This record gives sequence, structure tokens and C-alpha cells, in this order.
Amino acid sequence: MARLVVLGGGVAGHTAATFAADWLGKDHEVVVVTPNAKWNWIPSNIWVGVGEMSKEEVTFDLAPVYEKAGITYKQAKAVSLNPEGSAKRNKPFVTIEYTGQGKVGHSDEIEYDYLINATGPKLNFGATPGLGEGSNLGAHTVSVCTADHAEHASHELTKIMDKMRKGQRQKILIGTGHGMCTCQGAAFEYIFNVEHEIRKAGLRDMADIQWISNEAFMGDFGMGGLHMNVGGYVVSSRIFTESLFAERGVNYITGAHVNKVEKGKVSYELLDGSMGEESFDFSMLIPPFAGVGLKAYNKAGDDITDTVFAPNGFMKVDADYTPKAYEEWKATDWPRTYQNPTYKNLFAAGIAFAPPHIISKPAKSPNGTVINPTPPRTGMPSGIIGKAVAHSICNLIKNGPEAHLHEASMAEMGAACVASAGKGWLDGTAAAMTVYPVVPDYDKYPGTGRDTDYTFGEIGLAGHWIKHILHYLFMYKAKLKPFWKVIPE
Amino acid sequence: MAVKPEEFNFAKNDKFKTAMIPGKFARAMRTCKIWQFIRFIIINLKMLVVVSKSH
Repeated sequence: MARLVVLGGGVAGHTAATFAADWLGKDHEVVVVTPNAKWNWIPSNIWVGVGEMSKEEVTFDLAPVYEKAGITYKQAKAVSLNPEGSAKRNKPFVTIEYTGQGKVGHSDEIEYDYLINATGPKLNFGATPGLGEGSNLGAHTVSVCTADHAEHASHELTKIMDKMRKGQRQKILIGTGHGMCTCQGAAFEYIFNVEHEIRKAGLRDMADIQWISNEAFMGDFGMGGLHMNVGGYVVSSRIFTESLFAERGVNYITGAHVNKVEKGKVSYELLDGSMGEESFDFSMLIPPFAGVGLKAYNKAGDDITDTVFAPNGFMKVDADYTPKAYEEWKATDWPRTYQNPTYKNLFAAGIAFAPPHIISKPAKSPNGTVINPTPPRTGMPSGIIGKAVAHSICNLIKNGPEAHLHEASMAEMGAACVASAGKGWLDGTAAAMTVYPVVPDYDKYPGTGRDTDYTFGEIGLAGHWIKHILHYLFMYKAKLKPFWKVIPE
Repeated sequence: MAVKPEEFNFAKNDKFKTAMIPGKFARAMRTCKIWQFIRFIIINLKMLVVVSKSH
């Protein structure tokens, strides 16, 4: 009997664990280690953040689902890896620390034959003074990164809307809280959902809404922007995005590294080196992401974290990490199997793998401050990578070390993305987009780097219907209800 | 003469002045149930193609 340990129960980890358990059956064991008791469909958190959904609607208990799937569930966080074992253990193992199940604070060592690191990111609020401490949100801003954060954001939003009703003009600031953030899409969705709710309440004239982002230009989204086929034109996402902001009267600041957050005020540096300040009554700033800080040790107990993980804490996989100039970046730099090059029974999926480089054009201010978005690895790519990695490990377990590994390069896969711009079955809107491939390949698609036959976008009520239906579809799939496997990632 | 709603924001700042802002017809079509039902079918088909190419 082989044991597969999956670290993390988010989109990538949950997908990998549930498919592996299904394919391996009762002959082998799948263990999931996640510090959370509940699964969260994170894309719907933005609706919790404006009070349009409850926390309970976007989460469910993991324990009964894993019990049904025959998965061993450990509510714990991974602390360190010993991919060679230790002086006391011959097999590789992971050290965990329980966060629930009546064993909070207790440590345990779990041996594994194969391990998938799908821990997701550490929400690195502490990277910006005043934004928070470590992975904890600070007191001055709100967040929609977790369901609890989103619920708190909704309460704070209600407070400022009450002030608007009393005739007090309010300033809203939404965007990224550091120069190296990713996930601009979540902030984009949140600002337009907030604007939609305020407009719906008849309070739009009482709110000044401001966007602040580390993107060098509007519509970069950490992917270097994209060119979409819209109405017979090939249009830059910049045109598309600036149009929406102008239409909704939302002012914007781009190329900004937020370097300090205080009560009611942020300080920032721009790409041209100038400094600025922006006041706010309500602010949601996305934190930068980092690896969760797993350590690694060899058999002798020496620290080999640098061998297994990149400096940002994400796990090294089969990518080309050779430092290169932007002009030399290739689609082939991106990983295909997500196997660790040193320890072949270690894989990473979702945000936890270390990308070879960013996708957007690197940018620095004259003061040397790096201000560019890091690459998105969430949503559909996360699920597809999780499934591919699970497939590879099942093949290795069943057919031996020479078995075929499945591939899922982000430079060869597309992504469907639906960004909400306001909720409502009859008056909601969302930008429905597809991008193919996620990482541009200028050798294959000279010009835009992507296939414009399969890269398109439009905004409308249909997009909202799709986003809302996807919410129910993915919650259903994650609960492993009948026919869950036929729903694509 | 009253300013058309879609033209109101152009004057707010220089960034908006150079943006493309949808007019009355384009905005109406965004929430027109019949048109959006057709778009719903088309967008889903397009997304299914991209999803199938990515698996």
C-alpha cells in the first residue's frame, strides 16, 4: 500500500486528493493535511464582502466529504519536510502541527511515498507596514482573501454606507497593498461589486471610489495584459479595463507600490519614483503572496530548504529557473509535470509551485523598488494542475517509477475567467473572458503571444449568470455529489 | 442641452477623456435578457472549447 500525502485543501489540493482517492481506490491511502476545517470557494468571497452571500454559502465542512471519499483528513498545518527521512525514520515524512480535531498544537510525523505540496500562499500582510502582521490582517483595511475576512469587509462596508445615508461623503480605496501583489482580479471584482451595491442603494453620489494597483497599466492582471477578440477588433485589455473604470466613474492609480498603511491613509511609490498619499474611509487591499514557510531537512538533519524551495518559499519544480533577461523568456521555461527536480516523489500544484519568472514585463522605480505583478496561478489552472499531478502520481504508484507523467504547462493551457462587476440575476454584470494560453508564447503566436481565436472578452448579464452558476457547480463538485467528475476544472 | 449620461464622466479627469465609454444602446444590450441569453449560449460554447483544449 502506498501513501500519498496532499498538503493543502484548496482548489489544487482538493482536486488532486479527490481524484487520486477515486483512481487509487482502497488499495492505497490518500491523506490531506490542511489547517482549515472548511473548504472555501474563494471566487465567491467578493459577494460575501458586499453582503450578497453569507459565509456559509461559500464554505462547507471538509471532514464528512473526506470521510465519504475514503481520504484520511488531518486538520493541521505542515511545518517541515524530510524528503530523505531522518536518523530515526527511513521513509520520507512531513512534520505537521494540528490546528483542530481536539489536538491543537500537537505535532505529528506522517510518512509518505508521494507528496503534493498544494498549500496555497501565505497571505503576507506583514510585507507592508500597517497592512497587517505576518499572515494576519491589520486594523486599518479589510480583505476578501478568506470567507471570514470577507464577512468582516461586509460589516465595514455597511458602516460606511450608513454614514453616506446620513449625508457624510465617503472615500473608498481598493486594490493591491504592495508592489509585488498578484490576484488583481479579486480586487477588480470587489471594487465593481462595491460600486454596484452603492449605486443600487442610491448612494453613488456620496462615494468617491479609487483604484490603486501595482500593474504598470490597467488590464495587466499579472499576465502582461492580453489582446482580446471583441466585436471584430483585436483589443488590448487596457482599453477594455479603462473603459469600464471610466463608465463607472472609478478613478485609478497604476504602477503603485503601497509602502505604508495608517488609519485612513496609505503612502505609495509610483513607477516614476514619485511618492504619494491617498486617504480613505474604507479600504480593501490585497496582500502579496509568499510560500507558507515550509522548511526541509535531509537525513542528517541539515537544512535543505534552499534545495527544495525557491527564495520566495514556493516549491521548485521542473521549470527553467535560470535568470534571464525579459527578452529571452520562453514559454518553455514554464513547468510541465510539477515534479521536484531533486526529490522525484515530491510535486507541487496551484500557487505553491515556484514560477520560473513573472509574466508581466519587469518594472522598477528609479529608487530601485520592484513594482510588478506576480503571475496568477489560481482558479482553472490550479485545478487542472492538481488533476494532472494526481494522475501522474497514480501512474507512478500503479506502474512504477518509469510511468508516464501527465503534463499541464500554463504556456499550453487556457483559462476561462469570469470577473463579476455587480451581482443580480436581472441587473448584474460580469466580464467573461477566456485567455489562451495563460502564459504568452511569442514563438507560436507572434504578435500578441496568444491565440486571438480563443482569447476574447465581453461584459454583460450573461457573464454574471455564468459566474453565479459556476458558484453552485463548483460547490457541488467539491462536495463530491453524483457525477462530480464530469464537471471540468 | 443636457449632457448624455455616457458623456458625463469624460469631463471628470484626463484619464477618462481618452477612454471608450459605452452609449445608451450598448449599455441596454448588456442587460437585455433576450440578447444576453443568446450571449450566454455563445460564451459557454466558446469557454467549453478553451476548457477542452486545456485538459
